[in-house]
Amino acid sequence: MHFHKYEKIWLSFGIVSLIVFLSVVGVSAFSQNHTPSGGMDTIDPEKVNETAPFDNPGVTQLDEDTYQVAIVALAFGYNAPDLRVPAGKEIIFKVTSTDVVHSFTIDDTKVNMMVVPGRITTKSYTFEEPGKYLILCNEYCGTGHHMMSTEIEVY
Amino acid sequence: MDKKQSNHEVNLKGTLVSVFFVGIVIVAMWVAVYLMYVAR
Amino acid sequence: MIAQPERKIALWHLGVAYTAFLIGTLMGVLQVFIRNDALQLPAWLDYYQILTAHGVLLALIYTTFFIFAFFITGMSKSLGSFGPKVRLFSWIGLWVTLLGTVMATVMIIAGEASVLYTFYAPLKANGFYYVGLALVIIGTWVSSFALVGHYIVWRRKNKGQLSPLFAFMTITTIVLWIIACLGVVATVLFQYIPWAFGWTDTINVELSRSLFWYFGHPLVYFWLLPAYIAWYTIVPKLLGVKVFSDSLARLAFVLFILFSIPVGFHHQLTEPGISNFWKFLQVVLTFMVIVPSLMTAFSMFATFEISGRKKGGTGLFGWFKKLPWRDVRFTSIFIAMAFFIPGGAGGIINASFQLNEVVHNTLWIVGHFHITVGTPVAMTFMGLTFWLIPYLTGRRFTKRMQRLGFVQIITWSIGMLLMSTAQHVLGLMGAPRRTAYSGYNDHPSAMEWFDGIISNHVTMAIGGTILFLSAMILMYIVIMTMFVLPKAETPEQMVEFPLAESDMSNTPKWLENWWIWISIAAALIIIAYAIPLTHMIQHAPPGSKGFITW
Ligand code: HEM
Ligand SMILES: [Cu+2]
Repeated sequence: MHFHKYEKIWLSFGIVSLIVFLSVVGVSAFSQNHTPSGGMDTIDPEKVNETAPFDNPGVTQLDEDTYQVAIVALAFGYNAPDLRVPAGKEIIFKVTSTDVVHSFTIDDTKVNMMVVPGRITTKSYTFEEPGKYLILCNEYCGTGHHMMSTEIEVY
Repeated sequence: MDKKQSNHEVNLKGTLVSVFFVGIVIVAMWVAVYLMYVAR
Repeated sequence: MIAQPERKIALWHLGVAYTAFLIGTLMGVLQVFIRNDALQLPAWLDYYQILTAHGVLLALIYTTFFIFAFFITGMSKSLGSFGPKVRLFSWIGLWVTLLGTVMATVMIIAGEASVLYTFYAPLKANGFYYVGLALVIIGTWVSSFALVGHYIVWRRKNKGQLSPLFAFMTITTIVLWIIACLGVVATVLFQYIPWAFGWTDTINVELSRSLFWYFGHPLVYFWLLPAYIAWYTIVPKLLGVKVFSDSLARLAFVLFILFSIPVGFHHQLTEPGISNFWKFLQVVLTFMVIVPSLMTAFSMFATFEISGRKKGGTGLFGWFKKLPWRDVRFTSIFIAMAFFIPGGAGGIINASFQLNEVVHNTLWIVGHFHITVGTPVAMTFMGLTFWLIPYLTGRRFTKRMQRLGFVQIITWSIGMLLMSTAQHVLGLMGAPRRTAYSGYNDHPSAMEWFDGIISNHVTMAIGGTILFLSAMILMYIVIMTMFVLPKAETPEQMVEFPLAESDMSNTPKWLENWWIWISIAAALIIIAYAIPLTHMIQHAPPGSKGFITW
């Protein structure tokens, strides 16, 4: 097996680039808490409405600087009354589904969460700009999938 | 042995430049989306 | 020319492949017009039903049948005629796969399976949709084992010898495919079918998704590797040179067996039930599978340069002008490769852990797979079709067909450039995929997406229309070369199977020791999957009932 000198140069460049990409995302994810949405919490998909925090969906202030937003996704909408949160504070979104798989995606933000029945997806995000943001479902969930949306207001 | 020799001598300068063009596309696209990610 | 029976089997595969292509691309053009609200479907037809048909018929059926046609022809060409058993099992494989295809398609048309080609639970399709898909897989296994049998017979007769490069690459692809299918077979047989027929009440959703993607990622390599086979073994012949490096070509292929499977979590980066550690581990493994593609890029350019220089090209890029641009068999594949540059780069972005949040399930992804499978793979297949069908039918590939071939690949390129660029940009702005219409009651954010120079409904619709036109030209060429054009009479009129010579004198024998590669692959799969899947089973939440939401 023989590598041409230029092929060695090219592969070294390629592999180093890949290592750099991985280091950048790895360090930013694990040391600055920029991991994608996820979480290991489970829930009975038929008892969502009786299980905290989804028995009381919407915004709750946890402490001075942190808010929690609990949302129930279902075909074809979100059970999430009064979505108003402040800018500059950490917002922890917790989302689950009572039926099929959906997503909870806030336009123009890093919030792009898959919502799986039986599981609770968590994502922490801090809004910088006040305004009204479109929330939509980007995982196919049925005939009304493209209508599944709502709004969050950041003040 | 003969083969190895001849393979060494092939002029692949154009290839080197071409693959680096590919490399630049990869890095440029990646950096662009990374910056979008950071900005959101 | 290869033996008549194999020609017949291969032609049947191509017939099915192009029937699927015809229906699939028709669905594609309907999609772009429904999305921009220019087309209202009759009440009995739904956007998502069409989209399911598009995904299944193009991504699963067109590709699979074409791949087996190519493999059967190439294996008969490089290892010699099939024995009676190999023929018989190739036929059985074809019929089982076809039966499964028809079953799944009927369910889609009946509106019983608008669950898309990824069929995520707990959307519950008619049980026969899953049975159909299972038969498709089983059929491909039968065809695969037929080819493996043919290979084993050859190895026995040629003890101690390396097999020809085409055969080696075919077997690599098949090994990859069989290991990959274990995941989807497990979930369909043990989760979906019992649940869809009501034998079990609930399904473990996250487990079914993970098993699906255990299969889903190597699936894309099952599409890509046959294209790479053409790039490595056919293209040099068209250029009048040998394979650049037999050993590096084989090394690249075995790396695909190792690293294309334990990476499925990179499709599940934003979902719950998999901890960050396991997601990131599979991200790292995903990055390993980029390396053989980097090797392939080098080999391709080197092949071009060596050929161009041999023909008198000088200077840094003189060789480029000497490439056989007037040969549609070459130019098509060259364009396919060019599309794969941004296509592959996009894939690296998608797999980059949290960067996935920017693109996941947006139109960017749709743009991405149309410039990976939809063009690099599909256009390589088109480039092969131009000679494969006439080679098998013994007909002439006339000058007029060659010109039409050029019109076809150029229109496809233009259409795809328009459509996929629009989709990439729209996706980056946030427009979702798999949506019949993304206006959200004229929400200002949604209006903004479609307000750009490239990112608008019109660009996508024009692109889609040109693509459909191109697909119909291809259908015309397929029908002409299959049934109409005059038979070749003189040797010059005969269409050849352009298979390049490959110098194996420096290729180490261990590259063809399958047990090494299968064992390492198994070890990597166990490392990447054993713990997270066990956790998913042992700590499963109550399962989900089925839902029919369409
Ligand atoms: C006439 C040519 C084509 C057109 C106009 C076209 C158009 C489209 C459009 C607009 C979508 C996105 C729909 C949505 O997300 O709402 C789509 C999805 C898709 N296309 Fe194509 N396409 C074409 C050819 C192909 C080819 C050749 C392949 C593969 C071999 C392919 C594979 C796919 C797949 C896998 C999907 C995703 C389906 C899903 O989301 O379930 N397409 N196509
Ligand atoms: Cu939804």
